[in-house]
Amino acid sequence: MPEILNRGDIHAFRDLILTLSGQDASRCIQCGKCSSGCPIAYEMEHLPSQILRFIQLNMQEKALSSNTIWLCAVCETCTVRCPESIDIAGIMDALRKVCRERGVKPGDKKIAKFNEIFLDSIKSNGRVYELGLVMKYNMATAQPFKDAALGPVMFSKGKLKISPDKVQDTGVVKNVFEKSRTFITSKKD
Amino acid sequence: MEIGYFPGCSLHSTAQEFDLSVKAVCNLLDIHLQEIPDWNCCGASAAHETSEELGFALPYLDLVKAETASMETVLSPCPSCFSHLSETHEKVVSDNALGARLTEISGGKSYQGGISNQHVLDFFMNEVGLDTIREKVKKPLEGLKVACYYGCLTRLPGVNMDSIEHPMMMDRIIEALGAEVVDWTHKTECCGASLSITRTEIALRLGREILEAAQHAQADCIAVVCPLCQSNLDARQSGINRKYGTNFSFPVVYMTQLMGIAMGVPGSQLGFDKHIVAPSILNRY
Amino acid sequence: MTESSQDENIEVLTYSEIENIEGFIGNFDVTIRKKARSVDMSKCTGCGECVQKCPTKVPSEFDMGLGKRKAIYTPFAQAVPNVPVIDRDHCLKFQKDKCGVCQKVCPADAVDYTQQDELIQRKVGAIIVATGFSLFDWSVYEEYGGGRYKDVITGLHLERMLDTSGPTEGKVIRPSDGREAKQIVFVQCVGSRDEAKGVPYCSRICCMYTAKQTILLKDHVPDSQSYVFYIDIRAAGKNYEEFVKKAQRESGTVYIRGRVSKIYDRGDKLIVQGSDTLAGERVEIEADLVVLATAVVPNPDAVKLAQMLNMPYDQYGFYTEAHPKLQPVESVTAGVFLTGSCQFPKDIPDSVAMTGAASVRACAVFSQDELTIEPKIAWVDPEKCSGCFNCMEACPFDAIISEEYKGKMVAKVRESVCHGCGNCASTCRTKSVTVKGFSDEQIYAQIEAPFFEEEVEVA
Repeated sequence: MPEILNRGDIHAFRDLILTLSGQDASRCIQCGKCSSGCPIAYEMEHLPSQILRFIQLNMQEKALSSNTIWLCAVCETCTVRCPESIDIAGIMDALRKVCRERGVKPGDKKIAKFNEIFLDSIKSNGRVYELGLVMKYNMATAQPFKDAALGPVMFSKGKLKISPDKVQDTGVVKNVFEKSRTFITSKKD
Repeated sequence: MEIGYFPGCSLHSTAQEFDLSVKAVCNLLDIHLQEIPDWNCCGASAAHETSEELGFALPYLDLVKAETASMETVLSPCPSCFSHLSETHEKVVSDNALGARLTEISGGKSYQGGISNQHVLDFFMNEVGLDTIREKVKKPLEGLKVACYYGCLTRLPGVNMDSIEHPMMMDRIIEALGAEVVDWTHKTECCGASLSITRTEIALRLGREILEAAQHAQADCIAVVCPLCQSNLDARQSGINRKYGTNFSFPVVYMTQLMGIAMGVPGSQLGFDKHIVAPSILNRY
Repeated sequence: MTESSQDENIEVLTYSEIENIEGFIGNFDVTIRKKARSVDMSKCTGCGECVQKCPTKVPSEFDMGLGKRKAIYTPFAQAVPNVPVIDRDHCLKFQKDKCGVCQKVCPADAVDYTQQDELIQRKVGAIIVATGFSLFDWSVYEEYGGGRYKDVITGLHLERMLDTSGPTEGKVIRPSDGREAKQIVFVQCVGSRDEAKGVPYCSRICCMYTAKQTILLKDHVPDSQSYVFYIDIRAAGKNYEEFVKKAQRESGTVYIRGRVSKIYDRGDKLIVQGSDTLAGERVEIEADLVVLATAVVPNPDAVKLAQMLNMPYDQYGFYTEAHPKLQPVESVTAGVFLTGSCQFPKDIPDSVAMTGAASVRACAVFSQDELTIEPKIAWVDPEKCSGCFNCMEACPFDAIISEEYKGKMVAKVRESVCHGCGNCASTCRTKSVTVKGFSDEQIYAQIEAPFFEEEVEVA
């Protein structure tokens, strides 16, 4: 099916991302410098500049389902080199949140899962419990023997603890988790 | 001198040698580190990308805890922790609405904006100073060629220190220890961060590029100031060698470990036993 | 230039700078500093003996440091006049009171170490500003090495290398090791179209000179390969698009659509990290030489000259024309005309065309005995003027002078200089200044006219 661009408000997604991240994707001149310097571009379905183009053209599905937004390691190379000073890494961050909010299937399930488990770990302990985190993640992604060789080495070096490091007052951390909203909606640049 | 200290989760587990060496060096310099009482995780990038408020609320709690303990300066060795604390501080002091909202969700705890956040690099360069460091050196690291690796540190929000593309602060500190720093091409490239766990092959590719560049520059070892950089380059090195048929054997050491050894602290007290690639090249100092 | 210098109606003053400009259209008084050349122009025959014997070598500015010149030199072979100048900052005579060879060898006894700067006056009726441009200092691009890599050069460096009578005699070499370059990468828009590190505008000339350079490169080094990283190819001129196609089709230049993110060295190669947004792929090229198309920017002292001429300039320092469509070669100051890249980046055909236009406009000033000006200019009623001269301060064109009237000093508007902006009228406390045709009464009458049918009398 051809994509008919003007069925809806062509600026709808641009406006949404602007509201959520304070970043105006329509400033992008598509020079490609973000893509040129992105260390993960080789593994991405779409280049970062293409994601910005999707936002400019209101191609919401394309942007939200791409693995690009999950593979972004937030190293910020794109952001600091953008000739229009667009915080591209910040836009990727906003897209991941929109993805979760709308229940869009993440373009990279493993990364999305890892982040969930990572946050669960903080929620219950107040701190990251690395051994538990990696074990849980490996089970959840059905790869129980991942890094099987590395684990014992790290363990023998005393780098992984058997029991979690916990904060005393876990209640206040849990409370923060429950009350936090996905977006600070008051912001607009 | 007494200052607040925010070790963060990594320094209590995979990066214990960073914790040990920061403490050992500070001890020599008569700096007393006071850990933020009952600190919690900064949330790292996972919190930010899931919930914007949570991304600020977790570091906010730490800032409140530090302020409650009457701290003025908080030293964070981990760049991610430092960036999150620093950015949250900047946002809260400039945006009253956000401050009020964070107070609300953290159960009425209010942050007055009294904490000055510092990263170890900034701290040793600007608070301690190169002259003091030079004075404390007992065993100059003569003949040691070091590639200083900054990763994404200078680009992170709230960091604002050193040149973004060509930082030199770590280079200057390590030069002050008597070592030779190499000019190389990958000091600010990305190590892959947590992709090391989720998409290991990407971290291996990036790690290989970085190690290759350090090899081109004829470095003996790589110095870092970030737990993730360290573990991605050290613990993944054998994986890189296996995958690409390379033969890297680069010790990846924390800047503070080099400071410690130059200042006469024995390697055993700096966590040298915790490295996967043993930093045996440092045994001669 | 040679022709101009020999025309009896043209006086060419080289190695000279404008010190001050007073007056107005038809009556400019220009003070010019003729800098001490240390060579007597009336005696020098241009034999070049002094240049040949001078022992001091300095990197040549004209050759972008790729070649050397002497301390006594002409900037390039065809320079007009063919009279050398002594660079006093490098000359042994001036620095250490040694040498003096040039004076000894000069058969015409033209070398004069005691020469001083000279201030001369000229009265002119019109001024054409053609001060040109500078190139953007690209060292802010740390991601391109910020100047640390010798084999990352600018288009102007390559231009000198491609010149068969230039410093490399037409060879395209790597400045680092002198080896011939085979894989050459061109990077467009370095500083241009970059609001973060450079300037937002397009520099207009780079797309075409880069295409030309790739064609020349293929001629000079047949087994070379050129790559051009571009954002958009701007080839809007007669035969321009065809010319770019010629570079692609006949010279095999490969155009890659994406801005370069980083340049770094690996061994003796430079790695250019880019992407091709058309293929949707990140790419890298191993280059021998990287040529940056740096932005066209105004001269560093452009604003100083604008202030001398009471002439507006834009946020970058380019001079502003009186009207972008209808008066493209006139400045706002009457009698001052603009041409070339001091106004905005221009290529050769545009510069030549606008220079012709500016010259004709200047001639038009001289072709008539009286000057026709806009009627909308200010007038001071000397009876009412209290002589506070606030208007003089308010005038952006320096149009107001003082004169004596009935024993008191009052303001007077120089009609040929005034633009009718009205600043003086709104500043005047005694309401003695009006802009002709725009008196308060006339404006009130205009406002009232739509509301009242009866005729309104104009005071």
